[in-house]
Amino acid sequence: MSYEFLQILWFILIAVLWIGFFFLEGFDFGVGMLLPFLGKKDEERRAIINTIGPVWDGNEVWLLTAGGATFAAFPEWYATMFSGFYLALFLLLIGLILRGISFEYRSKDAAPAWRNRFDWMIAIGSFLSALLLGAAFANLARGVPINADKMFTGNLFTLLNPYGLLGGITTVAIFLLHGANFLGLKLEGEMRDRVNTAAKKIWVVTSVLYILLGIFTYAAGFWARGIVNPGIVPITAVVTLLATGYFINRKMEGWAFIMVALNIVLTQVTFFSMTFPNVMLSTTNPAFSLTIYNASSSQYTLGVMSIVALIFVPIVLAYQGWTYYMFRKRISTDKKTLVY
Amino acid sequence: MAKFWGKLFLINFAIGVVTGIVQEFQFGMNWSEYSRYVGDIFGAPLAIEALMAFFLESTFLGIWIFGEGRVPEKVHLASIWLVAIGSNLSALWILLANGWMQHPVGYVINDARGRAELVNFFALIANPKGWLFFWHTLADGLLMAAFMILAVSGYHLFRKQNVDFFKRSFNIAAVVGLVASVLVFLGGHTMGQYMYETQPMKFSSIEAHWETSQPASFSILTIGDLSGKREVWSIRVPGVLSFLACNNFDCEVKGVNDLQAEAVQQYGAGDYIPLMVVTYWTFRIMMTFGFIMTAVTAFFVWANLRGDITKARWMKWAPSLLILPYLANASGWILTEMGRQPWIVYGLLKVQDAVSPNLTAVDLLISLIGYTVVYGSLAVSMVYLMKKYAIAGPDAAMHESVDVAPAIVGSQD
Repeated sequence: MSYEFLQILWFILIAVLWIGFFFLEGFDFGVGMLLPFLGKKDEERRAIINTIGPVWDGNEVWLLTAGGATFAAFPEWYATMFSGFYLALFLLLIGLILRGISFEYRSKDAAPAWRNRFDWMIAIGSFLSALLLGAAFANLARGVPINADKMFTGNLFTLLNPYGLLGGITTVAIFLLHGANFLGLKLEGEMRDRVNTAAKKIWVVTSVLYILLGIFTYAAGFWARGIVNPGIVPITAVVTLLATGYFINRKMEGWAFIMVALNIVLTQVTFFSMTFPNVMLSTTNPAFSLTIYNASSSQYTLGVMSIVALIFVPIVLAYQGWTYYMFRKRISTDKKTLVY
Repeated sequence: MAKFWGKLFLINFAIGVVTGIVQEFQFGMNWSEYSRYVGDIFGAPLAIEALMAFFLESTFLGIWIFGEGRVPEKVHLASIWLVAIGSNLSALWILLANGWMQHPVGYVINDARGRAELVNFFALIANPKGWLFFWHTLADGLLMAAFMILAVSGYHLFRKQNVDFFKRSFNIAAVVGLVASVLVFLGGHTMGQYMYETQPMKFSSIEAHWETSQPASFSILTIGDLSGKREVWSIRVPGVLSFLACNNFDCEVKGVNDLQAEAVQQYGAGDYIPLMVVTYWTFRIMMTFGFIMTAVTAFFVWANLRGDITKARWMKWAPSLLILPYLANASGWILTEMGRQPWIVYGLLKVQDAVSPNLTAVDLLISLIGYTVVYGSLAVSMVYLMKKYAIAGPDAAMHESVDVAPAIVGSQD
């Protein structure tokens, strides 16, 4: 296999890992953010947590694997992005830590204050993570200051530009919608109705933000700066988002969930093809941009990693898919059936 | 039995899950030049760890916690085994990665790209350094678990609660602890010999062994001057250091001074001696607590063979033993990481050349304070929960939360 083939293959693989992460962890973040608002009583909150209880941790590993794969396949991309987005990633890590520990610890003590504190940590941790990931990706699409030594020369405030913030807030909204649809699929009775009411409102806000983000992207010229034109993909993404509203109104949660899932996938496909073969655009000088060519590992390492991925990715997909099948039932707020 | 200890395991494991993310990100965040220079090699074991181990652990942990009654019983039991296998695979890959930093193999320097590149993946995964670390760490993990069980069981045995349950736990843990502590020593000894071959400076600095000698004596107590760079006074046992280095009592062990001179010749001017006051004392702390743990577990095994341990007066002190493995473990890690200073990759890249140059002191300060506060609060809540569940005992562990257990039982009647 040629060197270039491997570089493109690993770019696609990393894109797939991010897409998987946004699709899976997206509804986890949404469920987390909705937790204190939709769950009034303790059983209700526990039921909401249990919709993602068995899977959130496995979903988060998609992020770790995306990070690890970037390190192995494109060390310069990993080094520039992670050191450049230092404080943003630090806050993301704090958000992920607080959220993760809260899932495990919130029910280990019966004091209402203890549980409430951890529930809010789940919500705030999820919100922070979604916001920062969205802002980080928007900044990657926009471009960041990178010098000739492939080094990021900005700071946290460089990332807090209007486009970055809009990207962050839009991501929060999409994840809220994704989470609401997932809850609609997993809860029953009165809880299910409550979720549906919330989903209708969230959908309106999300659609407005999403279309704004799209217009901004075109107007500011962030569009198709690589060799690929995403063409019809983003238009399809808008259509899926609009269709979501129709399905939510008809209480067809399954279809609504599929539509938002498609929206997330298509948005990510758009993102990754917009700048290809660049992986980090430099606003200082386009010639300083990191590309799949100047940021990648050696041909040997990419070859070894390809073999490893070829063996283990299908295995992981198989058992993770099986988990979702195992836990496909709806969850009631009946205390007798709730797992704590 | 699995339920009670499993509960404690989960409380502890949760901390490992969430702090593991920092590990995966820190290389890029804080060590960008390191990542650029060795990412071609070092990234691979990290990515493989995520793919092979993290997915396995996290997915099957979810099945273990939520799967009872939903998945077949055998699958449920298999899931906790898969979590354990995943954890050990994770340890293996991260230690192979760490082993490579201590003893880099299977690479060439690509001058055009200005970095090290992997040429032999099998050398990386067969690196004896990594496997010795794995042996030592795995045995140490077992030892730590054994002491956790000994401490909790001792607490309840002294109070005559659930005597049968905790007696069995105590006895299993005593035997496992004894075997594990011997394995820790054997692994450690082998590591020492390999260190003598591959990282002689680290080896000699651990011993405050300044001048080359043959045979070399082992220092029981050495007092250095305040700069930590010169010996003032010491008590020594002849020949023992030679034995530690190469299993006979009269081989040559090079002194730190000679090694420093060699290093200057090879790598240019600079200070190549690790902070000796740290390497010297952490080694002694680790060894002392290690010996105490072997002695204690041996005593427990013997006491159990001799008579009824549940009546023993010393049981009162068992819970306080828990500190031993933590001190030994922490000293060991400080030793191995400080002992390779000034290198981040031994002989290849110095720590000072590995950091992210774009970070400011403020960035570092903010994150350092943030991590400290968050990790500190995690530690507090973990210790609180561990203590609560450990003291509540196995009857309460069946229920969601210790203090609401009666209410739940009531509602089911």
